[in-house]
Amino acid sequence: MADVLAFAEIRDGQVGKAARETVSAARTLANDLGGAVHVVALGGAGTAGAAGGLGEFGADRIMVAEDAAYELYQPDAATAAVVSTVKSGEYAAVLFPASAQGKDLAPRVAGRLGSGLATEVTAVATEGGSITVKRPMYAGKAIATLRFAAAPALMTVRANVFPAEERPGAGAVEQVPGIEGASRVRVTGFEASERDQLDVTEASVVVAGGRGMQDPENWTLLEDLVEALGDEATLGASRAVVDAGWRPHAEQVGQTGKTVSPNLYFAVGISGAIQHLAGMRTAKVIVAINRDADAPIFNVADYGVVGDLFEIVPALAEEVRRVRQDG
Amino acid sequence: MNTIVCIKRVPDSATRVKVDSDRTGLDPAGVKYTLNPYDEFALEEAIRRKEAAGAGTVTVIGLGPAATSETLRSALAMGADEAVLLSCEGSHDGLPVARALAAEIAGREFDLLLFGKQAIDDDNMQVPQMVAEMLGLPCASVVVGLEISGRDAVAKREVEGGHEIVEFTLPAVVSAQKGLNEPRLPNLKGIMAAKKKPLEEKDVTLEAPSLELVELEEPPAPAAGRIVGEGAGAVPELVAALRQEAKVL
Ligand SMILES: Cc1cc2nc3c(=O)[nH]c(=O)nc-3n(C[C@H](O)[C@H](O)[C@H](O)COP(=O)(O)OP(=O)(O)OC[C@H]3O[C@@H](n4cnc5c(N)ncnc54)[C@H](O)[C@@H]3O)c2cc1C
Ligand SMILES: Nc1ncnc2c1ncn2[C@@H]1O[C@H](COP(=O)(O)O)[C@@H](O)[C@H]1O
Repeated sequence: MADVLAFAEIRDGQVGKAARETVSAARTLANDLGGAVHVVALGGAGTAGAAGGLGEFGADRIMVAEDAAYELYQPDAATAAVVSTVKSGEYAAVLFPASAQGKDLAPRVAGRLGSGLATEVTAVATEGGSITVKRPMYAGKAIATLRFAAAPALMTVRANVFPAEERPGAGAVEQVPGIEGASRVRVTGFEASERDQLDVTEASVVVAGGRGMQDPENWTLLEDLVEALGDEATLGASRAVVDAGWRPHAEQVGQTGKTVSPNLYFAVGISGAIQHLAGMRTAKVIVAINRDADAPIFNVADYGVVGDLFEIVPALAEEVRRVRQDG
Repeated sequence: MNTIVCIKRVPDSATRVKVDSDRTGLDPAGVKYTLNPYDEFALEEAIRRKEAAGAGTVTVIGLGPAATSETLRSALAMGADEAVLLSCEGSHDGLPVARALAAEIAGREFDLLLFGKQAIDDDNMQVPQMVAEMLGLPCASVVVGLEISGRDAVAKREVEGGHEIVEFTLPAVVSAQKGLNEPRLPNLKGIMAAKKKPLEEKDVTLEAPSLELVELEEPPAPAAGRIVGEGAGAVPELVAALRQEAKVL
């Protein structure tokens, strides 16, 4: 009862960060328990090749169901695949990413197995064979410690919490048959958002601009920083610039906008009014860039840089690119 | 169109959360309760479909302590026809709650079984799919658009970077996300009418939790921040701190 199963999310035929982080978290837990890491992945042609790379992140055995029908996430097939794998082994835990797929799938598996599920887990520990986890409740205003009463311990792991670490496992890939039988639901399409941008509530990194940006055209600087920060980053805005018509309301963070809790929040040219803070205070790490050393945003910022944003933001984008390329 | 909507009574999102002295629950002092906001979208959807069809009933089911009946009344005031209170202490754990809801729903006839995508107290985001599995029904979660013609339904579900289109036939389970509709406010006429609508109370006993709540704690107060430096010259140190110290890059 020491093995750990990880669900590897495949999106657009790719193994992404969600899959690597889930497998890495599974590896850490399996090392504590003295077991192996098994992976289940469903996808279209080429999935076996893509999922094979998860061996580098600690997967010992990678079970892949390749079928053109799985090019899009199919909840019922994924549920059946994970449930039958769980039943055929002796798993202490089953890990899913806390992504749209993982959050949809894990409760289905839990419901079918009759197993407990902890969602958006931020820490995992083992104590004498039993597994405990930590997870936020009340929108992060409280943290719960939970102990699983029975195996398997099902959980979705929060993005950006369990870093993808390269720790090679055996990485044996085997093709498993697809799931026979009718699906109750069919995912028939995907519509990309009109604005090809992550929603400010979903992104793990938010670059928010305020009146200090001075002109809507200057947002190219922030867009460039977002691009440097990668796929998980998106733009946010203060109300001042939304009211001015510089940015869409969808980006507004604060009391009358959205509440966000990304891992990293950049407040650029934002003074830090209480109504703005209401929407971003729970961000894990807050960085403020402002030329006024007395701006209230510095009272909540973990890191601050005082100075002209027009000089700091381009340098920041460049430095971020440099370190991300170095790995 | 007969619809069942599962609704939960939760602390208002503006509530200042304080952990109680046992460190396993909330200090009830000063906590204001409300209908879970995502359940409002589910309820609004049910009422609109009934109004559009000109026939059918909307049944709301709430599991929790006696005060949950207030939440059920407010749902009746919005336009639900009948309410069921599954009276018990409630649980932070989704599985026993889903089991009790599924047991109540199993004997009923309906076309749509609606939920909020998430309860804003436990933030579990799991009860709808669990109930769907227990009842063997099609399920779409985090839905922002729903079209039904005859027995065929097409839902739009929110995912990273866009929407998935999900097709299924009724009866089915759908969990509602913000954007599905604009919920109405109860009016005086609705509030008066609600007093005469049936609210049935049943005692239920939840199964033992699959997850034991060991402790609830408030998150650590934010550590005092620091000014890394001035101007572009401070950027390398900032990025190094974000990578090595804060580990967010
Ligand atoms: C009921 C109510 C609800 C509200 N809801 C919201 C809300 O949801 N969200 C929200 O954001 N606000 C909200 N507000 C408005 C809020 O009070 C502030 O007015 C607003 O947040 C200010 O936006 P800002 O920080 O962009 O602008 P300012 O306060 O004008 O700050 C601009 C900052 O940019 C800095 N700056 C200028 N030039 C540079 C430069 N070259 N380099 C570096 N820094 C520079 C300045 O030092 C200053 O600190 C609300 C207000 C009310 C009354
Ligand atoms: N105690 C409960 N009573 C009624 N419905 C509930 C209860 N708990 C959860 N639900 C429903 O399930 C949805 C998701 O809840 P959760 O999985 O707890 O985040 C809620 O929005 C409700 O529709």
